Amino acid sequence: MEAFGLLFHGFTVLLTGKTLVLMVVGLVLGIFVGVLPGLGGPNGVAILLPLTFTMDPTSAIVMLSCIYWGALFGGAITSILFNIPGEAWSVATTFDGYPMAQNGQAAEALTAAFTSSFIGSLTAVLLITFLAPGIASFALRFGPPEFFAVYLLTFCSFVGLGREEKHKTIISMALGLLLAGVGMDTVSGTLRMTFEFSELLRGINFLVAVIGLFGISEILLTMEERLALRGHAASISLRVVLRVWRDLPRYAMTLFRSSVIGCWLGITPGGAIAASFMGYNLAKRFSKDKESFGKGRIEGVFAPETAAHASGTAALLPMLALGIPGSGTAAILLGGLMVWGLNPGPLLFVEHKDFVWGLIASMYLGNVVGLVIVLTTVPVFAAILRVPFAAIAPMIVVSCAIGAFAIQNAMFDIWLMLVFGVVGYVFKKVGIPLAPFTLALVLGSRTEDSFRLAMIGAEGDLRVFWSNWLVGSITTLAIVLLFWPAIGAVLTRARGLLRPARGAA
Amino acid sequence: MATPDHEIVVEDPDAPDSASPTLAGARSVNIVVYLLLFGLSVLLGYDNWRTGMGWAPEGPQPGYFPFYLSVMMGAASLYGLGAALWSSTLSGEAFVTHDQFRRVMQVFVPTLLFCLLTQWLGLYVASFLLIAGFMSIIGRIALWKSLLTAAVFSIGMFVVFDVAFDVIMPKGPLEAFFGY
Repeated sequence: MEAFGLLFHGFTVLLTGKTLVLMVVGLVLGIFVGVLPGLGGPNGVAILLPLTFTMDPTSAIVMLSCIYWGALFGGAITSILFNIPGEAWSVATTFDGYPMAQNGQAAEALTAAFTSSFIGSLTAVLLITFLAPGIASFALRFGPPEFFAVYLLTFCSFVGLGREEKHKTIISMALGLLLAGVGMDTVSGTLRMTFEFSELLRGINFLVAVIGLFGISEILLTMEERLALRGHAASISLRVVLRVWRDLPRYAMTLFRSSVIGCWLGITPGGAIAASFMGYNLAKRFSKDKESFGKGRIEGVFAPETAAHASGTAALLPMLALGIPGSGTAAILLGGLMVWGLNPGPLLFVEHKDFVWGLIASMYLGNVVGLVIVLTTVPVFAAILRVPFAAIAPMIVVSCAIGAFAIQNAMFDIWLMLVFGVVGYVFKKVGIPLAPFTLALVLGSRTEDSFRLAMIGAEGDLRVFWSNWLVGSITTLAIVLLFWPAIGAVLTRARGLLRPARGAA
Repeated sequence: MATPDHEIVVEDPDAPDSASPTLAGARSVNIVVYLLLFGLSVLLGYDNWRTGMGWAPEGPQPGYFPFYLSVMMGAASLYGLGAALWSSTLSGEAFVTHDQFRRVMQVFVPTLLFCLLTQWLGLYVASFLLIAGFMSIIGRIALWKSLLTAAVFSIGMFVVFDVAFDVIMPKGPLEAFFGY
């Protein structure tokens, strides 16, 4: 199989001393940000991004993705030991993880969490290895109308399937797309929305916005809350690890189910949170002993962790194959790709083989190394929580500022970051989701370009989006998803109307 | 220590009081946010209309795509404004309490000062002042610990970025004195 050969090549790209060191550094930094209060996957990656600016793209992406894996692992530590979910998708892990820690089974719970994260990610990476090249080569036939239809599908599914109120998602998305258009228009050379500020000519950089929205705003939000915490210290012995692993086959079905759910939901945008809850609920429903869930059952840790990590990893599949990130963190990684001059999308598989397969290989290796690191160093990381927030907060602020400045060497960007920090704080409190904004800002100019190219090609005829079966079905699907809540309501109603009729007959 | 070994306890004596009075209600903040968003969409919409939101012979004019986005955003903000005005759940809710706001300002004001200082003193000196000041004044951590942490962090950052990785940061008089 071709994939195996290319993957093997990826491993040879990867197995240099320098890359391995970067990998370990990335993982440790990632676990660190995952454990710290108020930081998590997207924030951690955004803040640490500038560290990678001077590296070559392969080293940089390896380090960044390792930060991401590390943050995912780190989130489990605080959920189980302190009952503090670092991210929305670790909420389900606390249901049974924290009770287990209270029963003195913290080590078992942690081992279960790390092992299932590993299994979930591995399943998703396997999926990426075998599916992504196929999708990418299929997508090579896409023209501007097809690409626009795919972008439309992404945005519509956010609006239609998201759990936030629709108008909030629309505001967030429209604002992102608008801000992406600020500056010099690439097609005509006209200046747009700059209001004669010379600083705005460069446009609003995606990463500056992300650092403000996720980094600065998260510190403001964290300060609002009570920072006191009480939890368990734990260390994992080899004996516990082996005991948990020996029992793994008994939970094979749970693990499999959660992996499938995670992979499926990960490919659709914003799925990790839904995946973790769905994994947990399904494990509970299929269990013979439903009552014991929530009281410290190991299955209650396996199910959500596997699903969350499978989905977090599967989110990278559409990013690699189509250039469409499946999650906020994937969007930030995508922003990173563009900083290194790589154009995400199907061509990546043709033009930058080393890079893509190096990245995929690093997903395998990063997860293995990550598993070993977390299993051996849990006590150290749990102790980080003793460091007072008053020492951590200013350091995060400085790191954010360094990151924002480094992107374009502009002092203006530091101010912009501060503005986005306030905007992020207000948006989060008002309930306007940030993920659609992030996605729109990173995809904005490509969405607009593909729309305009399609329009120019078709001489302004909107029917171009239904001109062949492929683009037609994607566009139609997008519109169906956009109105999904309404369609769903109509269907339920129709079913309700049919039922009495059937009863009468 | 009274705490047993297997427990990690971190206290937060300055934690915002849950009984602290409301500084801003959720409803009024919602209304202001939607008004601002609506204003922004009108402003951006006007600019794009000016640039040209119609069709040129060779395709859509530069303002076409963003103009309709402004319209969408404007409509969604108006909907949000209406929803906030007629909402019954938002009216009693607090957006931020006095105590919470005080804590948020404790980070925001130093961050603002840090950004200002970065312009005059360079990033590293500003970061030293921010960390040392924040730790000792707001965190009430011993002065020597604060100064030491701030110095180690700032010098560490300087070595990592300016020396090792060649990422150039804004610098001020102190760095100039040492010849950087």
